[in-house]
Amino acid sequence: MSALLDTLSWVLLTLGGLSVLVGGIGALRMPDLYTRMHAASVTDSLGAILVLGGIMLQAGWSLATIKLIAILLFLLLTSPTSSNALASAALLAGTRPFAEAGQDEEAPK
Amino acid sequence: MYYAVTIATLVTMALALLRAVLGPSVYDRVLAVNMLGTKTVLLLSVIAFLYGRPDFLDLALAYALINFIGVLAVLEFFRSRALRRSAERGARQ
Amino acid sequence: MIVIFGIFLLTLLVITAIAIVRSDNLFVAVMLMGIASLLIAANFFLLDAADVALTEAAVGAGISTVLFLGALALTSERERAKSSNRLLSFIVVAAAALILIYATFDKPRFGDPEAPVQTHVAPWYLEKTPEYIDIPNVVTAVLGSFRGYDTLGEVFVVFTAGIGVLFLLGGGKATSTLPEEKINEGLRHHLIPRVVGRILIPFILLFGLYVQFHGEYGPGGGFQAGAIIAAAIILFALLEGEKRALSVLPERVLLGLMACGPLLYGAVGLAGVLLGGNFLDYSVLSSDPVKGQQLGILLIEAGVGITVTGVLLGIFHAFAARGR
Repeated sequence: MSALLDTLSWVLLTLGGLSVLVGGIGALRMPDLYTRMHAASVTDSLGAILVLGGIMLQAGWSLATIKLIAILLFLLLTSPTSSNALASAALLAGTRPFAEAGQDEEAPK
Repeated sequence: MYYAVTIATLVTMALALLRAVLGPSVYDRVLAVNMLGTKTVLLLSVIAFLYGRPDFLDLALAYALINFIGVLAVLEFFRSRALRRSAERGARQ
Repeated sequence: MIVIFGIFLLTLLVITAIAIVRSDNLFVAVMLMGIASLLIAANFFLLDAADVALTEAAVGAGISTVLFLGALALTSERERAKSSNRLLSFIVVAAAALILIYATFDKPRFGDPEAPVQTHVAPWYLEKTPEYIDIPNVVTAVLGSFRGYDTLGEVFVVFTAGIGVLFLLGGGKATSTLPEEKINEGLRHHLIPRVVGRILIPFILLFGLYVQFHGEYGPGGGFQAGAIIAAAIILFALLEGEKRALSVLPERVLLGLMACGPLLYGAVGLAGVLLGGNFLDYSVLSSDPVKGQQLGILLIEAGVGITVTGVLLGIFHAFAARGR
């Protein structure tokens, strides 16, 4: 049973690390602000769930698990809100997405 | 192994820093700071377990809060700056 | 392995520092300073200094960024062209850096068990804390009781900073060219941040109180808790607008908080004198000296938390209410 938990948490941690890395590479190489936001939000939500889930399985039923659940809930609640607020601020300021009219970014520098 | 996740998170933090330094517009930089913040939360959680001290998780929670408040402060700054610029433009005309 | 992580984070810090100095857009510099503070907090955490990491994260990355943005809103965003003598400054800085690096050759190696601090100072505190004070977190014991005078000085420094800022900024209202309601509405028309923020504010306040009173058992204490509670109320001010935040916590309450913190701390010290001991001697506060020490630490941490909350909120309102 504990071997099963260990393997499961190992798998979750590896997948979490991979998704965090993929999101980071995406945020660097994507062509436009909005696509970069998509990439960054992958790390925030999927990466957080996998990594914190993996650690939770290692911790078992203890106070640490409850704190990890609180951290996970908080991250899942606030990082989509930050992305939404940032995207709407960028849109209101006039940044155009990449697909329209080529590289037409009018964002303030 | 916790080390692999830590290395992945550190590399992602370096990439986000690169985006913060390079990013052509201000929104790219705000995005990079937000991403660095959430990666730091994950890093702190993993290292707290690496050290075997689960009561260090309070720091991760506090940092998640601070990151959120920082991004909202930046957006409020943009909003009031946009208001000020449009009012100056209106006053000039 | 941990040392490699620490060195990696410090390299990122150097890159950030170079980027801060080289950029002339002050807003970018503020963002990068938030990142620098975050990297330092992670480094402190790697070095197993949890209280310092929590304080650096709360104050440096959160509150400082908000205050810098408030200051930027009052001034311009681009740096003015430098006209000073570059070569002289470079020589002075390089000389100072070389002297400092040379001075570090005399220090003991990192983690050396024979270093004086590990053989004389640390074991004394680790032995005497369970005997005199009996709380698990030795850092709070040292901060609150063994070095109580230093902490009293820090509280007064924070108080003086608050008074200084209020002298400079708090006076009359500057004239504003913008319509009053538009400035004061905050992020009210952005529905999602507003709803999420409103749900979170009670929990952030609760977490701040947890950090305050848990300081004796884990990382925490007055400074961190004050910064977190101030951050919660600043979040409310950002979401609902300045006017509503001032109606919730009016200015005289903030001034009262600023003054009551050092007053509480000094009163605990004087109570020690009046009950027959020395100034800031907590053992006389109760019949059992150990319980007296714990009670004393609880009270002064409360004083520290109240001071930090009042000063940070006072400074924030001084910037934000000054007319844009």
